[in-house]
Amino acid sequence: MSDNYQENEDFVTFFIAGQLFGVPVLRVQDIINPQRITPVPLAPPEIAGSLNLRGRIVTAIDVRKRLGLPAREGKDCMSIVVENGNDLYSLMVDSVGEVLAVDESSFERNPPTLDQRFRDYSQGIYRLDGRLLVILDVNRFLDYGRSADAA
Amino acid sequence: MDDLLSEFLTETGEGLTTLDVELVKLEQNPNDSELLGNIFRLMHTIKGTCGFLGLPRLESVAHAGENIMNKFRDKELSVTPTGVSLILECLDQIRDILQTLEATEKEPEGDDTDLINRLNAHAEGGDQAAVPPAESPSAPVEAGMDRLDHIPDDDDEEDELEKAFRLALGPDELAAKAVEVAAPAPEPVAEVVELKPAPAPKSVPKSAPPAAPAAESTTSVANQSIRVSVEVLENLMTMVSELVLTRNQTLQILRAHKESDFATPLQRLNHVVSDLQEGVMKTRMQPIGNAWAKLPRIIRDLSHELDKKIDLVMKGAETELDRQVLELIKDPLTHMVRNSADHGLEIPSERIAAGKPETGQVILNAFHEGGHIIIQISDDGKGLNTDRIRAKCLENNLASEADLEAMSDQQIQQFVFRAGFSTAAAVTAVSGRGVGMDVVRTNIEKIGGTVELSSTEGKGTIFTIKIPLTLAIVSALIVECCKERFAIPQLSVVELVRTSAHSEHKIEHISETPVLRLRNRLLPLVTLRDLLKLSDPEAEGEQGETTELREDNFIVVSQVGTYTFGIIVDRVFDTEEIVVKPVAPILRDIQLFSGNTILGDGAVVMILDPNGIAAATGEIAVADADMGGYEDRHAAAGEEKVAMLVFRSGEGAPKAVPLALIARLEEVDLTHVESSGGQHVVQYRGQLMPLIPMQPDMKLEKEGRQPVLVFSDRERSMGLVVDEIIDIVEDRMNVELSAEKQGYIGSAIIAEKATDVVDAGFYLTQAYPDWFGSESGKENFESDRSRILLVDDSPFFRNLLMPMLSVAGYDVKAVESASDALSLCEDGETFDVIISDIEMPGMNGFEFAEAVQENHRWSKIPMVALSAFASPADLVKGRAAGFRDYVSKTDRGALLTTIQDTIAELKGAA
Repeated sequence: MSDNYQENEDFVTFFIAGQLFGVPVLRVQDIINPQRITPVPLAPPEIAGSLNLRGRIVTAIDVRKRLGLPAREGKDCMSIVVENGNDLYSLMVDSVGEVLAVDESSFERNPPTLDQRFRDYSQGIYRLDGRLLVILDVNRFLDYGRSADAA
Repeated sequence: MDDLLSEFLTETGEGLTTLDVELVKLEQNPNDSELLGNIFRLMHTIKGTCGFLGLPRLESVAHAGENIMNKFRDKELSVTPTGVSLILECLDQIRDILQTLEATEKEPEGDDTDLINRLNAHAEGGDQAAVPPAESPSAPVEAGMDRLDHIPDDDDEEDELEKAFRLALGPDELAAKAVEVAAPAPEPVAEVVELKPAPAPKSVPKSAPPAAPAAESTTSVANQSIRVSVEVLENLMTMVSELVLTRNQTLQILRAHKESDFATPLQRLNHVVSDLQEGVMKTRMQPIGNAWAKLPRIIRDLSHELDKKIDLVMKGAETELDRQVLELIKDPLTHMVRNSADHGLEIPSERIAAGKPETGQVILNAFHEGGHIIIQISDDGKGLNTDRIRAKCLENNLASEADLEAMSDQQIQQFVFRAGFSTAAAVTAVSGRGVGMDVVRTNIEKIGGTVELSSTEGKGTIFTIKIPLTLAIVSALIVECCKERFAIPQLSVVELVRTSAHSEHKIEHISETPVLRLRNRLLPLVTLRDLLKLSDPEAEGEQGETTELREDNFIVVSQVGTYTFGIIVDRVFDTEEIVVKPVAPILRDIQLFSGNTILGDGAVVMILDPNGIAAATGEIAVADADMGGYEDRHAAAGEEKVAMLVFRSGEGAPKAVPLALIARLEEVDLTHVESSGGQHVVQYRGQLMPLIPMQPDMKLEKEGRQPVLVFSDRERSMGLVVDEIIDIVEDRMNVELSAEKQGYIGSAIIAEKATDVVDAGFYLTQAYPDWFGSESGKENFESDRSRILLVDDSPFFRNLLMPMLSVAGYDVKAVESASDALSLCEDGETFDVIISDIEMPGMNGFEFAEAVQENHRWSKIPMVALSAFASPADLVKGRAAGFRDYVSKTDRGALLTTIQDTIAELKGAA
């Protein structure tokens, strides 16, 4: 499944701590404004809680915390809702950018020196004009069985 | 008409119609194997059901037809128009018999020998059919029929069919007889006979039943009900659930506006939705008798096998419950009835000696009670022997003597539900197949039910199961704690108590543990705030004072099994009908929640699981309190008992695997097995689970059920397909090692038999090559692998853990005693982590840890203690001795995590 990027060249982009990220547009269900979130006691710290999106329960994950970055200032943030298995997850990000169509030839594998957490969740990098787009590996990002201990 | 019979008629009617169409298709495409398989299955089902219902005539006809189909399928016979005509003729015959059956509820008298013979002849030799000896031995079938005919014709309450069922030969016997009938047929006689058209079936019953009005027979039973796929119903149910939620939301909004034009139509909507909900629920309802259908047969076989006289009484079979729930309780119920008959009832001589009637009774009783269904399984047998349970508890270290002293008989009896417990002195073929009452309890609790037992020695035992009517919509109490709301299923809520400093109820403390006096009993209390580690945003200032209780509290008195406890919450709202939705996989290992839901105001709330709360607090404290003391005794005894699951697979010695490694035992329906990427997979709890056959050359059948050992690690599960599960044996392990065969650790004497001990890790990595590596891989990207010293006197565990740790990417050195380990230290070896067993001959783990602490070279190496059991008391003791952590031997996941954390910390510090 990690080869998704070759079929989808369209990415929904978002910013985390100034870095541009992208998720394949086909994975994205929704972009939502700040919502009322019910915290889940005893859950891993990066799980902000659950919310109700049109009758479905969505688990909200703070992308910053998952990547081991400091918490963002100000409470409100946008979220990108993705589906994994039969469950919906909302990825809380700093801000949501535009949808980008990128040229496949500008793709590169992760540099080996990349920070461990970034490397874990990055599918690869696209060289864009003046900036780099990190492709979030949604499957691995949401695969808690694999890396629950890393938290 | 009996439900079972009318269902059979509907089903068979449909089956026959499909068969007609399929057979014609087959004639046109004789080589379509899928079509053939389909036809065979339909035929087989018809035959099977006939046998089950005790309809010998139908069965023998269907059997003969099936025979031919079987040959077609196995390519022993080519599909010819003659063959197909014969089968169609056979179907017509079945249809005729069915018609009479529908009118009279009895099989018509008649003789199908001619047809059967022709069918058999065809099966044997194609068109070159040979005529069997004129006097075909149809006697056994008739014998079966005779027994059927001898049913007295009285019209009392008892179901005729049921009686017929009891009188009739069992399906197996019948099948055997049918084979007898079929077998002598192929006596080759040279003469070739032309096929005669079938004689008109003599379907007119001897005495026309007076009680079959003509009007009734015109509307065939088969047309009075339609079959809808379960999926459609499930979807309908989901939609209704959503509708209920939306209705709740709308009503909530309405409440805010006192005077609204919407009030009247909304009230109407409210009622309609309620009715709709009820109606849809009804479609999913089935009488519990469906789950009991197999029991009379089981009891009958049991009474033969055990030489007991057993009477099975079933009351309230018409009580309806949700089919999902029904499916889930079927197996536990069967198991419990078996248990009652096997362990509960005495043999006739003992019964007579005890002054009881020779015939023992097992009574099943089902009834509704306040939104729940109660099922009682009682027997008038010998009851539970509390002394034996007590002894067994001590033997298996489930509780200490002091604990047992303090317990009431009823509390002690509940130990029967604990894992690793079987009171039967000898394991019989019938019960005690290893999967005991603990599995029953787990299964029942999984659907939000409870099971209790009460027993009087010498009088009998009563099991009481209480289950919700439906799983999808439950009524729940909404409570608040630290401004967060939670739902508690009403099922487990006994009562609500309000406490304040001045009222009659107030919370008192023993040491720091809150308790409540409630009707002359002390009720243990848990604070939801502490349990969920919540903090009140308003009380932020006085942090750390979380145990400080407010003056006014609400206590939700909950009951789990026989354990009653109170949950302290801040506020209690009303009850609400909620739709239970499963939580995201990420959150699934939080025991305290059983799901989540959306409330009327649109907010998501977590549903508390009283079972989980009990497990996390009270119950364990009651039963496992004195584990520390036990460890000492255990060490003194110096032996390590391991529970092993013994099973059979392929040729040769029985196989065994440590029970602790197995997550569950399942029976997989082989029709649900799919093939994906050369691997068998099956849908299991909403995920695909790979099935690995124990024997590489093992062929999975197309249908039937196959026992599977399920291994789980977090989200992943894998099923090891075996032939038969034999038993669970708790024994000392003396493994003779041999690395010759892949997949085996070695062999051992288990239950006095040479048994191959299976290396579970080998099969796990077959299913997922990275089963062990996945978590630790990234920790070890540095070129040098972390070195681990493993100290354990048991060769079994050394050999279990070593491969596992190696696969996980560690460099492992294993030694069998503390002194060996210390001499490695003198040799100048060094390690990143030391993992040590506690109970070892010579220097034990604690002493070893102290010795390591004193040694300058090794004093910095973190140590992890390893033991068969890990209790809080051990943890404290281990910490004092210098261990960094304490892990249960059999918990692979925890062990790997601990090692990984320890090493990560080490690296971080360096």
